[in-house]
Amino acid sequence: MIILKNLNKHYKSIQALKNVHLHINRGELFAYLGPNGAGKTTTIRIMTGLTKLSSGTVLLNRFDIEQDQVAAKKESGLVPQSINLDQELTVAENLDIHGMLYQMPVKARRSKTDELLDYMDITDRKKTLVKHLSGGLKRRVMIARALMHSPKILFLDEPTVGLDANIRRRIWAIVKKIQQDGTTIFLTTHYIEEAEFLAQRVAFLNNGEIVALDTPKNLMQKMGTWAIDRLEESNMETTYFQTREAAKKFMADQKQSFTLRHVNLEDAFLTLTGKKVK
Amino acid sequence: MIHGCLAIYYRELMIMKRRLPKMIATMSVSPLLYLIAFGYAMGENVNVDGCSYLEFLLPGLIAMSSMTQAFSIASEINIARFYWHIFEEFQAAPISNISYVAGEVLAGMTRAFISIFIILILGYFFGVVLSCNFFFWLAIILNSFIFASLAVGMAMLVKSHADQSMFSSFVITPMAFLGGTLFPIDNLPIWAQKILFLLPLTHASKAIRAASLGNRPDYSSYIILFLTGALFISIAFLCVNKARD
Ligand SMILES: Nc1ncnc2c1ncn2[C@@H]1O[C@H](COP(=O)(O)OP(=O)(O)O)[C@@H](O)[C@H]1O
Ligand SMILES: [Mg+2]
Repeated sequence: MIILKNLNKHYKSIQALKNVHLHINRGELFAYLGPNGAGKTTTIRIMTGLTKLSSGTVLLNRFDIEQDQVAAKKESGLVPQSINLDQELTVAENLDIHGMLYQMPVKARRSKTDELLDYMDITDRKKTLVKHLSGGLKRRVMIARALMHSPKILFLDEPTVGLDANIRRRIWAIVKKIQQDGTTIFLTTHYIEEAEFLAQRVAFLNNGEIVALDTPKNLMQKMGTWAIDRLEESNMETTYFQTREAAKKFMADQKQSFTLRHVNLEDAFLTLTGKKVK
Repeated sequence: MIHGCLAIYYRELMIMKRRLPKMIATMSVSPLLYLIAFGYAMGENVNVDGCSYLEFLLPGLIAMSSMTQAFSIASEINIARFYWHIFEEFQAAPISNISYVAGEVLAGMTRAFISIFIILILGYFFGVVLSCNFFFWLAIILNSFIFASLAVGMAMLVKSHADQSMFSSFVITPMAFLGGTLFPIDNLPIWAQKILFLLPLTHASKAIRAASLGNRPDYSSYIILFLTGALFISIAFLCVNKARD
């Protein structure tokens, strides 16, 4: 369970987070969506003790990240936005040192390393130096490392940024599997389809403020079911409809070309933030 | 606290293990040049403080190297922090800041000790065998402890790798030359001696030289080194606390 109450963060003149409230249930897969600079990483850094909050409260399974830092940190695992593995060490050594940092005994570290490498399908890279791995494999090692101490909460900060579409899907499958094994997952992304595909609930963050919070389905339904895109003086205009009949009626009056499609999460996001995500 | 410190130290040892051949080669170059240029070339007939210059120089090189090598972890920490972002992995881990400092300081001291073994072996080939007694090692432990602690503190304060190099060029390198390592400071003017007396390395050179040549230790040097070490590690601890943005 993750609880954020009245969370604020100022960096000198910038207010990166404004009164963020969140309540994420145990075992939930929660997506935190927002354009670059919205404050997603800042939120994760605060929840993992990397950045000090300016005001407010953060609880991870009842442990306060400021008051009870060591206990709170044990609850969670972090996959940061940028790769931060030890490039000159092997995959197994990276996991082993992580286990040591979380006070795991030698035997448990060995068996967990083997288990996770198998889980991530990278057993054949166990003794490879990290610097020789591709970006997608490094991401998988990062996830394996974060799971080493069996955290109850997993923070994933843009886990698929910069990866090929097929590798991205592979990471999605892994994330789903981790959730099915009972871990609470907090995922940030600026790929909307990622949130739509994976998350049970989504929060839209814009300029440090949460502008919407609901299931992807509800957020989309608020827009309607059908959408028509058409070019209007070199601007893309989209109109939403609750029923197919309504959409058809609208189409009959159209002179320009247009496309009819189902409403997606991006429509909800664009309407609520007035911005393109990418 | 112990497990965190061991994890940090173990990581540094694993990295050192991979680089050991290169490290040994790099650490041998400058002492070898000093021994050839100042010791060997100047010949046996130059006497300093009642011993041959080589005998005078070798403990000085040990003091110098235990300082520079212990301090060199600053750039390792910097690269890990600014370039590889590995420092975040430690910040997110449930370990105390003091265990982080202790682990890195131990790593710096280990580097210092590796370099000292290299110098002792080189010295042997140049015909100088020092007395490696308790007070010799104690002075080295204190000296490497001081500069490894300073390194951790500096690495947390600087905002970039360039700042770090500047500190090295303006503080560490001059001290390496002037701190009683290459020439006795007794012949300098009193005001210069007074300034050099403020540098921890001056006391370390004096203590290491006295012990290795079998002279009676001057306890005041050890007390000064100990107090400096206690001060520097406290500063390092405060700096790690400050490193959270
Ligand atoms: N260390 C920092 N110092 C100053 N400003 C920062 C710092 N980190 C982030 N910011 C600012 O805070 C805002 C949110 O950044 P971030 O959380 O990284 O966004 P996101 O992860 O959603 O792209 C941005 O305006 C960014 O410039
Ligand atoms: Mg980010």
